[in-house]
Amino acid sequence: MIRGAMMREPLAAGSESAEAIAAKVDASLFVPADFDANAAERGGYSDYSYWRSTMRGFLKNRVALGFLLLLGALLLFTFVQPLLPGQKSPTHIHIDPATGMQYRNVAPGAEFWFGTNTIGQDLWARIWGGTRTSLMLGLLVGVAEMLIGITFGAIWGYVRRLDGVITEIYNVINNIPTTIVLMLLAYILRPSFKTMVIAMCATGWLGLARFVRNQIVIIRDREYNLASRCLGTPSRRIIVKNLLPYLVSVIMLQTALSIPGTIGWEVFLTYIGLGLPVSIPSLGNLVNEGRQIMMSPELRYQLLFPTIILSLITISFYVLGNAFSDASDPRNHV
Amino acid sequence: MLKYTIKRLGQSLITLFIVVSAVFLLMRLLPVEGYFGDGYDKLSESQREAVLQKMGLLDPWYVQMGAFYKGLLRGDLGVSTIYRKDVPVLEVIGPRVPYSMKFGIVATCLALIAGLGMGVSMAKNKGKGLDKLWTGYVVFVNAVPLAVYLLFIQLYGTSLLDLPLLFDKYMPSSWILPAVSMSLGGIAGYAMWMRRYMVDELNKDYIKLAKAKGLSQSTIMVRHVMRNAYVPMAQYLPASILMTISGSIYIESLYSIPGMGGLLVDVIQRQDNTMVQALVLIFSSVGIIGLFLGDLLMALFDPRIKLSKSGASR
Repeated sequence: MIRGAMMREPLAAGSESAEAIAAKVDASLFVPADFDANAAERGGYSDYSYWRSTMRGFLKNRVALGFLLLLGALLLFTFVQPLLPGQKSPTHIHIDPATGMQYRNVAPGAEFWFGTNTIGQDLWARIWGGTRTSLMLGLLVGVAEMLIGITFGAIWGYVRRLDGVITEIYNVINNIPTTIVLMLLAYILRPSFKTMVIAMCATGWLGLARFVRNQIVIIRDREYNLASRCLGTPSRRIIVKNLLPYLVSVIMLQTALSIPGTIGWEVFLTYIGLGLPVSIPSLGNLVNEGRQIMMSPELRYQLLFPTIILSLITISFYVLGNAFSDASDPRNHV
Repeated sequence: MLKYTIKRLGQSLITLFIVVSAVFLLMRLLPVEGYFGDGYDKLSESQREAVLQKMGLLDPWYVQMGAFYKGLLRGDLGVSTIYRKDVPVLEVIGPRVPYSMKFGIVATCLALIAGLGMGVSMAKNKGKGLDKLWTGYVVFVNAVPLAVYLLFIQLYGTSLLDLPLLFDKYMPSSWILPAVSMSLGGIAGYAMWMRRYMVDELNKDYIKLAKAKGLSQSTIMVRHVMRNAYVPMAQYLPASILMTISGSIYIESLYSIPGMGGLLVDVIQRQDNTMVQALVLIFSSVGIIGLFLGDLLMALFDPRIKLSKSGASR
């Protein structure tokens, strides 16, 4: 096409004769080609790559990139912080050597960067310890929900005979407010890290399973899948190349959103009194401790610092999840 | 329509039955100490057994369940064991229902009106400042945990607007913050949905035709765009009811509103098993009824839903 355009231009200008052009043309370009069996079989080819397109779409989103950097820095610091020099233990109660009393409610300063809480624990260390706990909880629940959701969703979508049964089960569970299920499970089991994971996994996988099921039902009988099957494409390839790209976006979004969701539920359950034991620093416990003393303005830093970190983390996950979901949706790829 | 209603009703009743049974059986897993209150350590072994015997907790589970269902049909949910000892559960809950209902209805209406208005204004100013501002609001409400931002609304809202910190039924101004707080999530949901709906819908051919016919903008909006919005709106309503329930539990407890949500938090903290069981059942029933009504509304509004054939599994 480019070659044609270049050749037409001088003609339009009328500065060169036809013979002069013919002399310039490389005659070897016009020799008939040999028959090539491979070339005859070759279909339309594009250098489209799903993941490259996804990355390109994602990198274009400046806001999401900013949040990615922020979240990366936060995550890195959260896990590196205890290894840094001069850090205090999140559960150690600091005692003033002069008076033998605890350092209660010390305002933020040089010794305690974020101050101390009502019983003399270092808030700076507690915040990062709490963030570690909450992030571990979020990641664990997110991954577990993803695995359960995909498995159930795939069975639900693929096995037509089970469709009716699973739909009925889904309707039963989906009819009960999530809050109630969570509270009931946390109430019946003893408050612990394990209880939290079980309670949140019990409710969280439903949404993902339904999305996966709907996508599979929509896509599995599309013409291009039928065509692939007729042409003898192996099932593995159909799943990886035809189905998965449509699911990646939904799966990533749901998983990314389940992390801030889990952190939020943890705060909520802690408020009700069903959260993690107070001996474990977590964002929920920190917010709850801060809430109890929020009426005195000079102590509000104990509520503000944890909520700021918590909000940064949840907003980052939310924005990143949405941005990645947009970028990885094949319908948005050009 | 009648056939569909009956079928959907049957489905809801089965769901209700399964939920009630599941909750009842799960509650049997709890240690029996929860039924004694503070005096557990003072009682001797035989006294404990006598109490449990009297409450029927030593019977096999199916006998207990039979007795429970018999009581349920007579409208008897048992007596409170700790919160208000030996007072029938329904007597404790009864006076609290109106508060929860009033707040729920006010919050749902507020969310519907404000959310739809916001969505329309976002769609009209698509890509401009107002759209971005409201999008920021939606992201904030969805991303930051409810338990955190509602706390800050209570903390700073009351001092900035000079409103009372706790609910007081004789002071109308103390209603404002809880009701607004309860509707915030719903507003974000409705606004986002309305924006997407409007943007999609205004690009469709039938709207172009209506414009080409020379209909005025307001006629197009009322007669075409809004008329088609009823169906998905009805579909969204149950979800927003479920969301209001979640919010109400936290908000009622935060503002000390004497409603059912605050009560649930109270009885969980004091481990009153019968009260927890009764309230969980009531909240689940509200959820199930909400979804049932939502489906009926949708069937009523949407001429395209085929009522006889497998409408439920869609």
